[in-house]
Amino acid sequence: MTPHSYLFIVIFLGVALLFPIMPLILAWTWRRFFQPPRPGAEKNATYECGVESIGEAQIQFRSQYYLYAIIFLIFDVEAVFLVPFAVAFTGLPVGAFVAILVFLLLLLEGLVWAWGKGCLNWAR
Amino acid sequence: MSDIDEGLRSELQRQGIWVTSMQELYNWGRKNSIWPLQFGLACCAIEMIATAASRYDIARFGGEVFRPSPRQADLMIVAGTVTKKMAPQIVRLYNQMPDPKYVISMGACAISGGPFKQGYNVLKGIDRYIPVDVYIPGCPPRPEALLHAFMELQRKIDEQKLTGPGKAEHLDPDQPSEFPVPAFGAHDLEPAANTDVFQPMKIERNQ
Repeated sequence: MTPHSYLFIVIFLGVALLFPIMPLILAWTWRRFFQPPRPGAEKNATYECGVESIGEAQIQFRSQYYLYAIIFLIFDVEAVFLVPFAVAFTGLPVGAFVAILVFLLLLLEGLVWAWGKGCLNWAR
Repeated sequence: MSDIDEGLRSELQRQGIWVTSMQELYNWGRKNSIWPLQFGLACCAIEMIATAASRYDIARFGGEVFRPSPRQADLMIVAGTVTKKMAPQIVRLYNQMPDPKYVISMGACAISGGPFKQGYNVLKGIDRYIPVDVYIPGCPPRPEALLHAFMELQRKIDEQKLTGPGKAEHLDPDQPSEFPVPAFGAHDLEPAANTDVFQPMKIERNQ
């Protein structure tokens, strides 16, 4: 009698289930007999840096921070893109040139906006 | 658990049969995979790093897995000067480690304050707040000394009992799992020492 051709898949499934469940059962049994749980307020604390956590984790940032994001994009991210653009400038097709130009113009608009808002003035 | 006759055991071993007990297997596994908590306080930490690096290679003893989280660590190596500012954090980290947990007090500073003992901001030994298993003298101790302490700790773990009256403390549900964290007082940490784990040495003078 030859075994059913799908029998191996059933065996494989059984092994695949037993393999991860067995250690869990073993660990649970071990904990049940040899590892009495001793929880505490600090042991169960969420933060684990040795410092007590202050306040709530779900805080809101003020929406005014978008100006910092714009300025970061203009003066930091743009520079990262400008360097490879400048290096590969002579070999670029027209499409790539237009694409980077659109990118630059978008950021330039942001710069004009930030300038108009007075973000670039030095605070006295 | 481990009441097998030693003579019988060696007799069996000669025949190629290896007998062990649950306790020995458990301790063998534990002592060869001690995961230290990854934190250094002062110059001793440099020696600890050297111990973990390839030349001294604490991996030979199963202790190379330095964990950045107390939840996954078995061993706290207090490597360096413990300032009073830092002491509450150390006690809190120790509290957050899962049982069973061990402490190696590395170097003169962690033992007693060392050369900075007279400093107003230096804790005079971490054993004032948490129980220490192995002390290593030295300023700083060489990596070999840390390895020696590690082996001593392995010996200690190997001797811990799983059952019976002399079983290990972490198996006793009545033992406290957390130690009180000192708070910053007006002049010193309050309390200045945890009296459950620390008793100051009595000075006896011969008149």
